[in-house]
Amino acid sequence: MATFQLTVNGQRREVNVDPSTPLLWVLREDLKMTGTKFGCGISACGACTVHVDGVATRSCIVPISHIGDRPVITIEGIGNDAVGRAVQDAWVDQDVVQCGYCQSGQIMSACALLKSTSRPTDQNIEESMGGNLCRCGTYPRIRAAIKSAAAQINKGGA
Amino acid sequence: MNLNRRGFLRVSFAATGGLVVALYLDPTSRAQETAMPRQPAKVYPPDAFVNIRPDGKIAIQVNRLEFGQGVQTALPMVLADEMDADWKNVIGELAPAQDVYKDPLFGIQIVGGSGSIAHSYQQYRELGAKTRAMLVAAAADRWKTTPDKCRTEASVVHGPNGQSATYAELASEAARKPVPATVRLKNPSEFKLVGKRVKRLDSRPKCDGSLKFGLDLDLPGMKVAVVAHPPVFGARVKNVNDAEARRVDGVRDVFEIPLAKGTGVAVVADKYWPAKQARKLLNIEWDFSAVDRADSTELWTKYKQLAQTPGNVALARGDESALDKVAAANRIVAEYEFPFLAHSPMEPLNTTVRFDGDRAEVWAGSQFQTVDQMAVAEVLGLKPEQVIFHTEMAGGGFGRRAVTDSHVQREAAVIAKRLKGTPVKLVWSREDDVQGGYYRPMHFHRVEIAVGTDGFPSAWRHVIVGQSLLAGTPFESMLVKNGVDETATEGTADTLYNITNMHVSVHHPKVNVPVLWWRSVGHTHNAFVMETLIDELAARAKMDAIAYRRKLLKPEPRSRCRHLICSTNRPRAGAIVCQRDTHSEFRVMSLSEPVSLVQSTCRSKTSDQRSTARRSQLIVGSQ
Repeated sequence: MATFQLTVNGQRREVNVDPSTPLLWVLREDLKMTGTKFGCGISACGACTVHVDGVATRSCIVPISHIGDRPVITIEGIGNDAVGRAVQDAWVDQDVVQCGYCQSGQIMSACALLKSTSRPTDQNIEESMGGNLCRCGTYPRIRAAIKSAAAQINKGGA
Repeated sequence: MNLNRRGFLRVSFAATGGLVVALYLDPTSRAQETAMPRQPAKVYPPDAFVNIRPDGKIAIQVNRLEFGQGVQTALPMVLADEMDADWKNVIGELAPAQDVYKDPLFGIQIVGGSGSIAHSYQQYRELGAKTRAMLVAAAADRWKTTPDKCRTEASVVHGPNGQSATYAELASEAARKPVPATVRLKNPSEFKLVGKRVKRLDSRPKCDGSLKFGLDLDLPGMKVAVVAHPPVFGARVKNVNDAEARRVDGVRDVFEIPLAKGTGVAVVADKYWPAKQARKLLNIEWDFSAVDRADSTELWTKYKQLAQTPGNVALARGDESALDKVAAANRIVAEYEFPFLAHSPMEPLNTTVRFDGDRAEVWAGSQFQTVDQMAVAEVLGLKPEQVIFHTEMAGGGFGRRAVTDSHVQREAAVIAKRLKGTPVKLVWSREDDVQGGYYRPMHFHRVEIAVGTDGFPSAWRHVIVGQSLLAGTPFESMLVKNGVDETATEGTADTLYNITNMHVSVHHPKVNVPVLWWRSVGHTHNAFVMETLIDELAARAKMDAIAYRRKLLKPEPRSRCRHLICSTNRPRAGAIVCQRDTHSEFRVMSLSEPVSLVQSTCRSKTSDQRSTARRSQLIVGSQ
């Protein structure tokens, strides 16, 4: 066991866990933030995606000891910025979700994409979102929502 | 109040302390109208379908699991529409396991057979209309007028002289009104929600991380368990050395447990990660002496051999020798292999149980509440009604959360029994799920087709090899006839294609791999086989694939009609035809206005598309 200091969604948090514990399980079980989902545990499905220092990261394979002082943003905090809010609104507006279990990860990947590429093409979307699986098959609506969020962000901010 | 009446009303206090109105309908009353066995009438515990809260919120209990199909929105839409409830104040809640929430047609609480809307549409309409009638009766009393002089809109009753009262204000008076035996339902043209584009109720909480799935459950003092399952189905633990596993920080207990088949080792820890780490450190010696080791290569060889000979007859139409009389040049022989297939719902399987001696509580994203509740009760030595069974939101299922042996719930109950008083969440990790069986069965199809001079099949011989899903389950007597499991042949033996000489047979080998229905069941393999062959035949005849199918379909208007509905309903599946099957049979048996509506408007392509859109919106809740 070891103590780790984390910044999650702008708040300083402290946890006492085994250093091998993946960030995912620290978020879910120690910090009780269950919006980040456990899907496969081997970085194959994308349900656990969070931002570590702004980069979309699969939290299920990153040990807590590797996070250091890099800030972590999760689905619970992504709505605090303009891009995150626009993406969440677009998701609701386009009625993207079905079972919804993968959607936290989808939204986190979409936000990372839109923060680096303000007008993503279909190819950009496929490349950035390809690692996020959806068993309900909501992909066409995810694509539409990303485009609609991009339009909203570009109209409002840029 | 006469409890033998079709419905009754209850006034009780909600958890929030507010007065609620609860309206019940006896779901078994609909069973009379079907071939399903009628359940004895029971007095239900204090739960309900509709709660009108003092703040105007209207909570509607959904008698099904929500796992992506949209029923948590769609059934409240149906009820709220008849009730004239203000949609923006409607909440859909997943109902616990209870008799009152059983599927009116199946007689158990289940999501299956595509019946969520078809079986409960009429039920929820009547619930809504009766609730509305009672509210109107209460308002009419208050204003010394008659119900026919009142109207309702957006959770408000309006009187003839400008009076108005909200549903929340009228709730307790309405609760004392008799439940009307019959009630006028809206004409579909009066619908405000059904058939309209309505957004899902669960979108926002699924987009901001606030919605809790079963796996997200956190209870005070809760422990997390994982189980080491045998590497061969049904094997037993011979020896286990758990010394290293027990040294992992946070591990509380390690013990052997019985499984649905064989035995395993449970690891209980404070959290998931230490449980999983500890499981890896178990040193288990397994006893394989009593189990068959299934081998894929051997199975394929065996299946292929079996397919060369006819099996149990599922369909025998016309002349069986017709095929053999046709020259080889005019015959097609095709063989198909379908491997075992895991459902892999996005949310790994899980169940939480707390056992308190004379009662237990269960939290599970279950498609099969009645069966799972009984299984937990049996393990714990309780009656089903002593097991409070909460339906948790689930991340997909595809059939994997409706398992006749309730193996996940049984494991969870066995572990909870040992940890009496402590809630335990059992997690089946992704690898547990993929390695754990309950797959869509492996199938081999061999099809021989004689092609006539007109390019259409003159004879069709079809042999299917695959394990029976239902042999050995409570469904066997219903759906396995003369050695034929209908779930293996649906889509072939009952094809709507007009093939004069057609013979379908099936072999059901016994294999030591647990199998389970996989969404759309037989059609997942049969539709692929049938439709790729029809494509091949159309190409051979140099005909358009749709035109070829239209010509080959049986002439009855209904089959063509359903063909059109289904093919336009699944735009991405191209020309795939949804065959007549148990699902559509149930739909026709049960009600169903939407189906007759669709069928009666199915005359032109344009009206097809309109009616199809309406139906899919009703089913999904929105597009």
